[in-house]
Amino acid sequence: MDWFFQQLINGLGLGAIYALIALGYTMVYGVLRFINFAHSDVLMLGAFSAFYIAPKIEKVFGSQSVLACIMVFILAAAACAVIGMTIERLAYRPLRNRPKLTVLITAIGVSLLIENTAQNERVLGSAPQAFPQLITERAIHLGNLVISSKDLLTVLVTLVLLGGMWFIVQKTRIGTAMRAVSFNQQAAALMGVPVDRIISFTFGLGSALAAVAGILYSLNSSIEPLMGVQPGLRAFVAAVLGGIGNLPGAVLGGFLLGLLETFAGGIEGWSNYRDAFAFGILILILLVKPAGLLGRSSVEKV
Amino acid sequence: MPLNGAKRWLLVGIALAIVASYFSPQFNRYYLGVAIDVGIAIILATSLNLINGHTGQFSLGHAGFMAVGGFFSAWVSLHAGNLSHVFWYFPLSLVAGGLVAALVGLLVGVPSLRLRGDYLAIVTLGFGEIIRVVAQNTEAIGAASGLKGIPKLTTLGWTFSFAVITIYAISTLVNSTYGRGFIAVHDDEIAAESNGVDTTRTKVTAFVTGAFFAGIAGGLYAHHKQFLSPTGFDWLKSIEIVVMVILGGMGRTVGVVAAAILLTLMPELLRDFSEYRMIIYSLLIILLMLLRPAGLFSFHFKRRPQP
Repeated sequence: MDWFFQQLINGLGLGAIYALIALGYTMVYGVLRFINFAHSDVLMLGAFSAFYIAPKIEKVFGSQSVLACIMVFILAAAACAVIGMTIERLAYRPLRNRPKLTVLITAIGVSLLIENTAQNERVLGSAPQAFPQLITERAIHLGNLVISSKDLLTVLVTLVLLGGMWFIVQKTRIGTAMRAVSFNQQAAALMGVPVDRIISFTFGLGSALAAVAGILYSLNSSIEPLMGVQPGLRAFVAAVLGGIGNLPGAVLGGFLLGLLETFAGGIEGWSNYRDAFAFGILILILLVKPAGLLGRSSVEKV
Repeated sequence: MPLNGAKRWLLVGIALAIVASYFSPQFNRYYLGVAIDVGIAIILATSLNLINGHTGQFSLGHAGFMAVGGFFSAWVSLHAGNLSHVFWYFPLSLVAGGLVAALVGLLVGVPSLRLRGDYLAIVTLGFGEIIRVVAQNTEAIGAASGLKGIPKLTTLGWTFSFAVITIYAISTLVNSTYGRGFIAVHDDEIAAESNGVDTTRTKVTAFVTGAFFAGIAGGLYAHHKQFLSPTGFDWLKSIEIVVMVILGGMGRTVGVVAAAILLTLMPELLRDFSEYRMIIYSLLIILLMLLRPAGLFSFHFKRRPQP
């Protein structure tokens, strides 16, 4: 029983990160209908910007203080929002009316470009680096269960951001515009929605979430230029699992995948197949319910 | 004996390959190795071109099939002992590897080809990764450390003979009456279906044929490098092949072959800048998509009227 709850806690921590990344994938898919392969690299850049910002912030606000931690999150998110918008402006906007495949391949190209540039010794270097301790490491004991302060922080930050996202998308003007663009881009443009600006904003928002997820992901490990690839792929699977383009679906898929992966990884002999696990689930889901768990299946009109 | 154009080219190609192979001991070993790499790349790109180009089904898992064929024929060679010195052993083991890859292609293709566009891309990527992870955990093929000491059986002659056969088989397939179905599926699936093309069957045929030739390429690769590691077949390898197809212009056989040659030679030429090689490579993909999305070699030729 203890094993079960311990895995549950670990799974929720991992799932929260997947949910945050999956939101970025699904939002971009919602407005542009393509998979932003570079999303996982924005995550990596988020972790690296935190890595460089943290020591400077901690000099001002004190080491491992709450304020410093919040500032690091905000600054890294802002940096990544700018990066995400720049990528959209330079690589994706010129391809707005091209076939989807062209954009997909460009996205792969952007992803490779970021990874390879970052791996260059003169840029970030390919050696793993230790991530700074943003918060005091503390283990909370609940009976036989151990909850680390990092897991707690992860779930807390995720819940706050999910609430914020819900507010932005459902309650604000710009969120309404985002939903309109996602529903029908042409009609939205005719109603006076500035489509280009909305798409840019969506990229910024998604990239900011990816940056936060990147920091949370690296709390427990070191960082290196290819660190985004695995969580990125998993989160993408999560987004498809929940129905790509569907925001609650991405969150659901993220948590589900995090839990499934932790439980499967905890079973003796299965852990070697962890990498294949997410894809196995993805394939099963797509075969049974191609639109994902919460997605609407669209009927093709001839 | 009356021979049409394609058959004549096939025979000329194979004859050239055999002649080149006869003289190959006199070649510089480095150039010989690069030439074999080029031949393998041609097979991979041409076979993927059938799936991605002619049939328009975006597959990102080609390296997976290459791995299946490579590991199978390498495993057979390691257990064949003296048999591997028999002349016909090598092509037969390659074909066997190709058939196993085709079988895996069938298993992968039947469920996944119901999906379209990016979904298909992701599922094939997923299958490719699953194949790699399974290979990494199978003791019989060396698990994560891979297979070592594979006999060096790949020669220039075999590589280019198979390359020529691949080009011939795929271009005649696409140009046949049956093969029009591939292009029909590429152009408009709904229209093709309403005109009586069994689209699922066509897509699966393309997929299985592509997988077969990828398996052969894998076998050639295994007996050329003499070492196979599952990590060599990750999705970056698949993307490398996809880039060849795109660079050549999807569905243009000549362009794709040219792109395969170019992209295999490029890293060799850029050896002095190896630090920046991958950066240049990825920039090339982006610029290509922005400036020449129809491929490097598309010049808006008027299409020859088909009989």
